Amino acid sequence: MVLKAFFPTCCASADSGLLVGRWVPEQSCAVVLAVAHFPFIPIQVKQLLAQVRQDSQVGVAVLGTWCHRRQEPEESLGHFLEGLGAVFPHEPWLRLCRERGGTFWRCEATHRQAPCPPGEDQVMLIFYDQRQVLLSQLHPPAVPPYRHVGADPTSPGGLAAVFHTVARCEALFRSDRFDEGPVRLSHWQSEGVEASILAELAKRASGPICLLLAGLLSLVSAVGACRVFKLWPLSFLGSKLSTCEQLRHRLEHLRLIFSTKKAENPAQLMRKANTVASVLLDVALGLLLLSWLHGRSRIVHLADTLIPVADHVAEELQHLLQWLMGAPAGLKMNRALDQVLGRFFLYHIHLWISYIHLMSPFVEHILWHVGLSACLGLTVALSLLSDIIALLTFHIYCFYVYGARLYRLKIHGLSSLWRLFRGKKWNALRRRVDSCSYDLDQLFIGTLLFTILLFLLPTTALYYLVFTLLRLLVVAVQGLIHLLVDLINSLPLYSLGLRLCRPYRLAAGVKFRVLEHEAGRPLRLLMQINPLPYCRVVHTYRLPSCGCHPQHSWGSLCRRLFSGELIYPWRQRSDKQD
Amino acid sequence: MEDERSFSDICGGRLALQRRYYSPSCREFCLSCPRLSLRSLTAVTCTVWLAAYGLFSLCENSMILSAAIFITLLGLLGYLHFVKIDQETLLIIDSLGIQMTSSYASGKESTTFIEMGKVKDIVINEAIYMQKVIYYLCILLKDPVEPHGISQVVPVFQSAKPRLDCLIEVYRSCQEILAQQKATSTNP
Repeated sequence: MVLKAFFPTCCASADSGLLVGRWVPEQSCAVVLAVAHFPFIPIQVKQLLAQVRQDSQVGVAVLGTWCHRRQEPEESLGHFLEGLGAVFPHEPWLRLCRERGGTFWRCEATHRQAPCPPGEDQVMLIFYDQRQVLLSQLHPPAVPPYRHVGADPTSPGGLAAVFHTVARCEALFRSDRFDEGPVRLSHWQSEGVEASILAELAKRASGPICLLLAGLLSLVSAVGACRVFKLWPLSFLGSKLSTCEQLRHRLEHLRLIFSTKKAENPAQLMRKANTVASVLLDVALGLLLLSWLHGRSRIVHLADTLIPVADHVAEELQHLLQWLMGAPAGLKMNRALDQVLGRFFLYHIHLWISYIHLMSPFVEHILWHVGLSACLGLTVALSLLSDIIALLTFHIYCFYVYGARLYRLKIHGLSSLWRLFRGKKWNALRRRVDSCSYDLDQLFIGTLLFTILLFLLPTTALYYLVFTLLRLLVVAVQGLIHLLVDLINSLPLYSLGLRLCRPYRLAAGVKFRVLEHEAGRPLRLLMQINPLPYCRVVHTYRLPSCGCHPQHSWGSLCRRLFSGELIYPWRQRSDKQD
Repeated sequence: MEDERSFSDICGGRLALQRRYYSPSCREFCLSCPRLSLRSLTAVTCTVWLAAYGLFSLCENSMILSAAIFITLLGLLGYLHFVKIDQETLLIIDSLGIQMTSSYASGKESTTFIEMGKVKDIVINEAIYMQKVIYYLCILLKDPVEPHGISQVVPVFQSAKPRLDCLIEVYRSCQEILAQQKATSTNP
């Protein structure tokens, strides 16, 4: 098998020394982690390695020698480096050498015990960026995240082993370049975190503040869970209003943020960060809306336009009904039924208009208070808007329900009378259609009723059709608002930002590039992080939304519409169906 | 070692296959499609603008003309960035893996790397495409649960669609490396 040597790019300009790293025998690959420089005392290097091995549970060892020829080729150094193989026994012993020109490298692997067979000594040099490999997170994770750290560090196979090794050996990278320790190492150095009093204070204060806020939140949820809210009208309202639903959802989010439990794995940490980003964006947008609403008396404007709009809608509905009561689109309806239905609906609209006029003095105050709710977040304000739309179009909902019930009654009556007409009946016990012999008068009455229902059906169907279309319009508007709320609730903003600014943090895998090559020299490859595509970032880190996916497929929706069953908006709690 | 030969794709268009042998264990195959031709670009643009002008003369709204310009620009950008693939590369490295890169006309590159441990074999497959039967090269991936099963079939050179003679060329080189890999992994 070809021997693969993973070499960090930051060590390429280091002085000559020893290669420190891990040997993975299954894949015959050597992961170089650092270069230890001359001069050193072998015992101290061994001590350091033993300590790192204990910390990281990874078999770190001296893999070979590294020779960087800056000046004239020194013969003495070559002999000295060969002698080091006796001090640090390792199989195989790597000898890596960089020429003075800088572009071409030499790499040899010698086996001490068995003289290697020819053709076995192919070596491939793979350069990797230590920082990116250390910080990146492979998707899907190679090691199951719930495994205990100390228990059994079974290393994953393949290239994930390289990532695993680099990530576990963080202890090796902790020593500083300017440290006057016993062993001088060359590896990736972090630029260090800039110490700031504010950051330090925030770190200290975050613990108690989280505890306090968690207490407050548990108090709020205790109040929410108290028995007054379990009584009939309140619980019913709570389950129907989307605002309550949204508030509950946000409360859950805040509890997740301020929980004092530490996130156990990167996925949980990412989820927490995403939740924080989502809440922050939500509140920021809400505050923007608030400042827009409460500036320059826009509320008064809105209130002044809202009532005429509602009036106008009611008037349009009246016109529509009058049109339906005549001969709509040239259709000839049953005049008596048409008049009855039309008058009934007209009376309803009359009631509605008077209700709105009663409400009109208070609309401004209501709007003002609703506007205040935007400081809880844009999503809450949008949910409130959706609720207000539902309340303001209550008459359309009523018409729709009346029309649907009438239509359903007729369809059911027609279907059972059609069976009677053919001399059959529905057997409820056996759940099937049986043949049955009817009397003559039964058949006569049944057929008569069937004829009457059949001739009255177009009138009802027309009313049903018109009001269903109106209802669908309202449902579509509400559905759009809910989609927007869902988008803000579930968009993983932090992960997306991370993908945008630090693409190597979320890795889908690796990619290789072949570097300049000369015959007779080892092949050199550059390993780069392949970032996760945006769609997969969204798919992986999407926050759970509050169960508002469409209940029906398009086909079942059409079937329900045809048979006259009631259609509710998309947002409906899943537990309500149980 | 590097050489270049020209083949044709399933519709008869020209394709250039570049083979680079870096070392006995590392080979690269690069298939380049012809670039976007000026003639087709001009034809599409003229069609859209003439249609927009026809609509404009009907309803006398200048919004239509500006909309047509924007649609052409956005469509061209989207086509170059997401649809038009200029070059497809297959890099096979012994005992490391197989890498497939497709470079779009705008310079965007999308790369997939499959580790050698997951690769079961490389084969040439037949498929029915529109009204004809075509051949394509594909990588068979091992099922992690069942050692003899195949979990996935990854097609290679999906957008270039070269003919069988080109595929055989690539297939032979890949099989050489795979055989080498099998020989060394069975008796280390």
